[in-house]
Amino acid sequence: MPRRTDIDSILVIGSGPIIIGQACEFDYSGTQAVKVLRADGFRVVLVNSNPATIMTDPELADATYIEPITPEAVALIIARERPDALLPTLGGQTALNVTMALAESGVFDEYGVELIGAGVDAIEAAEDRGRFKEIMGSIGIACARSHYVTSIEAALGAVSDVGYPAMVRPSYILGGGGTGLAHDEAQLRSIVAAGLDTSPIGEVLIEESVMGWKEFELEVMRDRADNAVVICSIENLDPMGVHTGDSITVAPAMTLSDREYQEMRDEAIACLRAVGVETGGSNVQFAVDPATGRRIVVEMNPRVSRSSALASKATGFPIAKIAAKLAVGYTLDEIPNDITGATPSSFEPALDYVVVKIPRFDFAKFPALDPVLGTSMQSVGEAMAIGRTFPEALQKGLRSLETGRCGLVADPSAEATTGTLTELLARLAIPSPERIFSAADALQMGASVDEVAAVTGYDPWFVDQMLEIVEVAAEVATSREDPTWLRTAKRYGFSDAQIAHLWEIGADEVTALRSAAGVMRTYKTVDTCAAEFEAATPYFYGTFEDENEAPVAGDRTVIVLGSGPNRIGQGIEFDYCCVHATLELAQAGYEPVMVNCNPETVSTDYDTSSRLYFEPLTPEDVLDVVAQEQPVAVIVQLGGQTPLSLSVPLEAAGVPIAGTTPEAIALAEDRERFAALCDELAVPQPASGTARNPHEAEQVAMGIGFPVLIRPSFVLGGRGMRIVDNVDELRDYVGSLYARTHGEMDLANEPLLIDRFLESAIEVDVDAICDGSEVYIGGVMEHVEQAGIHSGDSACVIPPPTLDPAVVKEIEELTIRLAHGLEVCGLLNIQFAVKDGEVWVIEANPRASRTVPFVSKATGVPLARIATRVMMGDSIAELRAAGLLPTTPPALAGRTAIKEAVLPWKRFPAEDRVLGPEMRATGEVMGIAPTVGAAYAKALRAAGHVVPTSGTVFISLNDADKPEGIRLAHRLADLGYRILATHGTAGHLARNGLDVTHVDKVGEGPWDPVRLIEDGRIDLVINTPSGTRARGDGSSIRQAATRHNVPCITTVRGGRLLAESLRAGGGLDTVASLQSHHARASD
Amino acid sequence: MSGALVLADGTVLTGERIGARGTAVGEVVFTTAMTGYQEILTDPSYAGQIITMTAPHIGNYGVNDADDQAGAPACRGLIVRALSRRASNHRAEGELDDYLERHDIVALTGLDTRRLTRHLRTAGAMAGAIGSDRDVRVLRELAAAHGGMSGRDLATEVTCDGSTRVPAAGRPRAHVVAYDLGMKRDIVSQLSARGMEVTVVPAGTPAAAVLAERPDGVFLSNGPGDPEPVHATIAAVRDLLGRVPVFGICLGHQILGLALGARTYKLPFGHHGGNHPVRRLSDGRVEITSQNHGFAVDLWTLTREDPPVPPVGEMPGPRLLPTAAVGRFGRIRPTHQNLNDGTLEGLACDDVAAFSVQYHPEAAPGPNDALGLFDEFVSAVT
Ligand SMILES: Nc1ncnc2c1ncn2[C@@H]1O[C@H](COP(=O)(O)OP(=O)(O)O)[C@@H](O)[C@H]1O
Ligand SMILES: Nc1ncnc2c1ncn2[C@@H]1O[C@H](COP(=O)(O)OP(=O)(O)O)[C@@H](O)[C@H]1O
Ligand SMILES: [Mg+2]
Ligand SMILES: [Mg+2]
Repeated sequence: MPRRTDIDSILVIGSGPIIIGQACEFDYSGTQAVKVLRADGFRVVLVNSNPATIMTDPELADATYIEPITPEAVALIIARERPDALLPTLGGQTALNVTMALAESGVFDEYGVELIGAGVDAIEAAEDRGRFKEIMGSIGIACARSHYVTSIEAALGAVSDVGYPAMVRPSYILGGGGTGLAHDEAQLRSIVAAGLDTSPIGEVLIEESVMGWKEFELEVMRDRADNAVVICSIENLDPMGVHTGDSITVAPAMTLSDREYQEMRDEAIACLRAVGVETGGSNVQFAVDPATGRRIVVEMNPRVSRSSALASKATGFPIAKIAAKLAVGYTLDEIPNDITGATPSSFEPALDYVVVKIPRFDFAKFPALDPVLGTSMQSVGEAMAIGRTFPEALQKGLRSLETGRCGLVADPSAEATTGTLTELLARLAIPSPERIFSAADALQMGASVDEVAAVTGYDPWFVDQMLEIVEVAAEVATSREDPTWLRTAKRYGFSDAQIAHLWEIGADEVTALRSAAGVMRTYKTVDTCAAEFEAATPYFYGTFEDENEAPVAGDRTVIVLGSGPNRIGQGIEFDYCCVHATLELAQAGYEPVMVNCNPETVSTDYDTSSRLYFEPLTPEDVLDVVAQEQPVAVIVQLGGQTPLSLSVPLEAAGVPIAGTTPEAIALAEDRERFAALCDELAVPQPASGTARNPHEAEQVAMGIGFPVLIRPSFVLGGRGMRIVDNVDELRDYVGSLYARTHGEMDLANEPLLIDRFLESAIEVDVDAICDGSEVYIGGVMEHVEQAGIHSGDSACVIPPPTLDPAVVKEIEELTIRLAHGLEVCGLLNIQFAVKDGEVWVIEANPRASRTVPFVSKATGVPLARIATRVMMGDSIAELRAAGLLPTTPPALAGRTAIKEAVLPWKRFPAEDRVLGPEMRATGEVMGIAPTVGAAYAKALRAAGHVVPTSGTVFISLNDADKPEGIRLAHRLADLGYRILATHGTAGHLARNGLDVTHVDKVGEGPWDPVRLIEDGRIDLVINTPSGTRARGDGSSIRQAATRHNVPCITTVRGGRLLAESLRAGGGLDTVASLQSHHARASD
Repeated sequence: MSGALVLADGTVLTGERIGARGTAVGEVVFTTAMTGYQEILTDPSYAGQIITMTAPHIGNYGVNDADDQAGAPACRGLIVRALSRRASNHRAEGELDDYLERHDIVALTGLDTRRLTRHLRTAGAMAGAIGSDRDVRVLRELAAAHGGMSGRDLATEVTCDGSTRVPAAGRPRAHVVAYDLGMKRDIVSQLSARGMEVTVVPAGTPAAAVLAERPDGVFLSNGPGDPEPVHATIAAVRDLLGRVPVFGICLGHQILGLALGARTYKLPFGHHGGNHPVRRLSDGRVEITSQNHGFAVDLWTLTREDPPVPPVGEMPGPRLLPTAAVGRFGRIRPTHQNLNDGTLEGLACDDVAAFSVQYHPEAAPGPNDALGLFDEFVSAVT
């Protein structure tokens, strides 16, 4: 059946901001789909609030709406664009849920929009856990025993049947949100209460626990002729009870016999048919009792997912792209397999390698959390590795994570195991990010495979494979510098660093021994067919075999180094920049080659670059790709800190680095040297000093004057930063650092950096490009939250709404001076603080920043592409002459664009939502509108905050904020808000002419703010914490707000902008496509 | 202990020896199936061959009696990338390594199986010998001396000695005679599960002996190697056609094709795996099929037309098969086509009750998509 001709335009809904459980895999899927639909002649309308995505690039869709993904906004877009069809299966749970809401409200009927891919009935059948179970029962597929309930009372009834521990699973959720295992009634009550809240339809399932069973996933595709194929099977190393997103997973499944696998396959396909997924991909999850083989279906997702992205990268089969084609009428056998070109997509990929995915966690950023894994997802990113065997892929995956580990064992950076084997085995029962290493430790200490398997729930097959790694390490250790062991070790995935550790020599010496012995990395192709057919795919992974399949190097190759697994502070924005570089390089006649290990991204689509190497981003792995590809240049400044830190080893090995030199990068990174440069350039910086012992720290701080900002130099990315008000706090802080590093802090070599903290200053971000002689200012962004709140957690506005033009001018001049001073060639990001009209430099990063995509979308100038040209030798003047850069700096034609950060408080309710110099946002959204108020209103809605235009506000201000707070309170009162406050704030506001209702302190009376929040009597919380003493009342109020979905603002500047946004209403009257904004701007 | 594979063209690959000691020589083929190594090892269709598994980890879930497709493996050897030393599965009754040793199968692990596969894909399936790497010279001679598969009647080597009767599971609905040309056990199970009483007979059984059983249908099983030398069976089938409904699978399909007067030919490296898409020409539906064969039926030999040249770099289309052919027993329709290379995957006769498929509807190992073919056979005989 060929392409449908009765539809011309299709609305695609993206997944919005990156949050835990829904990350950039949906940009990858959406981008593929939009591209293929357009190539097929459809008019594609896209809505996605996330500016950091490739899919929202203005060239990709015909009309791109960077607007909130809410039923109201999407309805307006439908009214304006009149699409014939809507494809709801590419934007994760967000798109499905909005689609259901729109269907309910009749919008599709009104405008004659057809749902393609999955209809309302199929979505409901899969997502409503109660209905799903009924349907499975009707076709004879087993599920866990369960009852679905809509109240706590009913849940208590249900548990008498299924017993404790009971699994609680809300409907229509993502990333295991609101799920949990209840061991007793108290737990059941609290989990069910939260679960009912999380489920948009207020329904949860109370289910028999199958904790410890093996967990599997199958990725299934079906077309409208009812052909169905399984693209990939995935086996979770961590058993049931750890969310698949938080589990180490392996593809293909390793421990199923053919009979079991085929039964599972049959059930997965039957499940798709019964649920009624007409076309496209779905993910079906199974649990298998290892003792008996009894199998149940856990759930199915009728859409592309994190697992489908992983499956696509693991097999080379582009699920989202094919799903989009199936949705518009093609059948699987009509679509050629890209990779062979000559065989159809109606087949099941055969793998001749093993893929391991390992989640990455950022628990260090959330001290209130226990690093214990459960059914609710907590990971912020993932790395994937491909090896010929499981041990090889596992070790590659572990070093891809960039958590400092080189592999499973034999690791110079591993902490020594403490305690007895018995203690270790007891610890192993608790799932955590470290468990895989502890399991290896236990094996090393002599635990048997069965013992380790029993406590962890890992299948003994995997444990035995880990034991093989342990045994190889032991053999290698006793065969010092014996090259015969090199090949074995390398084939087990050992990095040179691990072997070096075992042999107590340098990693470079191991590399030298290796090349002398001829043990060289070979590259194999990911070809969907285990070499059965000739493949044209340029998709490779490194391993140690006889034959190397990578082609002979060309002479115009440029390598772009990606950013590795997502983590807080280094996410999709950097992948966006890398993808732009490859696009621009190809346009400029180069052959772009991508090296990355993040399966979620667009950069690791084999379509993105001329060749893709799915490899860890370590010096050893990257240098081998360089040796293979012989590039004319390597681009390190677009992938964030990961490639930047590789620039030094690369340069040392004689690799040509594009743009800004590693020396200049190092100068900007070294705060002492950078301070000296600022002095030399007469660029003002807050007074600063370096302390190499605790006593010195006190002296430096007193010399500078409190408050000061302290950061240890041994951790990057703002980790361990603290604002300190006085000597006592300083001592506490240094003490806590010693504790956190187990007393191993070495201040003499890794000193403390102490800066004067600029209080109540306005922070400003600048993105610029320098070609060595000229500087192009991409954008000057004013932050909403004051300096002291990490730039990544702060909203920012372009053009600056409150800055004096003279200040902006000064900022631009300082930017130019620093760009020249640092000898930047390419991108430069600088953060400034403006206090009392004076401009100070906080830091300069000679690389792409988090704001590059936002600025590019706001101004229509693709900074990363321009920077790529500049790095490859074009001058800004030439680019301007070629029409790639505007002649005058881009004005936004009366528009304001705001980027708002999205924070994971809902996922981590135990964590206090105070903002500080540590970044904790997982993602961002953008609002663009004629006024600041309207833009912010949309950004807030896009970030999921629903603030009513009037109601009851609870205000609690710290002393410093009180003067500013009065104006804010007046504005809210003018809007019709009733104001509640506790004693101190109330008195202050009342004295300034406001009508305030007194409430009690927390726990001290009937008018307890926490209670009021719980009872739904407060609509908005404004609570500005005071310095580091952000504990006590404030914290319990903020946590209550988080739990009950009450918007909570923690800065006065944020509050002021909020008041402005409330005046603008929802801002939805300003819904417009990005293309129309850009057309206005260039008029 | 180091071992080596030496191919007839002189290529040497090295690995570790597992399984039985000694050397083995045979045609080296690869299968892309990712599960089902035990079914593959015991599939008599692999008689005379050395099997390369492209899936790297083999042995993971051990071995058990239930998955055997024959009393013992008929293949000559096994080559894998990584043999599992520890099986883990509730169905496991033993380790693969022990099983290989017990059944005297010489095997290698640790080999660059992908290199080997690519080599066989481009150079074609060829003879090879495996053994100790100290015997490379001997292995080379063995490989060079191996005559290849064409022209050898392997089916007669692996067939049963005498006839046996397998009762129907449940109420008997029909009685069929099955020619054992190297039949997999799961085929008999599928027939029996559908209420068929199955009389299994040796490859050389003449038609008269079969008809004496008064069967409702005759089944032609899968089996190894080249169909052309299996003269006795081909002759018997000629005598049976038109008298009793005939259904063939794999080698059985080729035998039927030869009996109808078509020719067969050797594929460059065969079809061995569990992921081959096959289109049912009657309604366009695609089944994912289990395959294991090195030869194929050429229906063009029964037409006056020249076969079209397969397109390069394009998906093969229906025009690679004739719409119909006329053979000894009247009109023949192609019913199924392989979508990877356009080859014939099934045929049916219009004038006599006979049909066959090149692939394995019984799966074991592989997908169950095509099980319905057994039901079609049941309707044809009841
Ligand atoms: N009955 C159960 N017993 C134990 N663990 C379970 C049960 N059901 C689900 N889980 C675990 O909870 C995780 C999340 O549940 P799931 O329904 O898949 O949520 P989501 O829709 O967010 O993926 C699963 O990956 C699995 O590990
Ligand atoms: N001297 C200072 N005064 C006030 N705030 C500061 C100062 N230095 C840093 N900050 C705040 O701390 C945040 C993080 O500091 P920064 O040096 O940019 O670290 P990172 O490398 O994590 O981005 C900044 O975004 C800013 O809000
Ligand atoms: Mg799930
Ligand atoms: Mg910063």
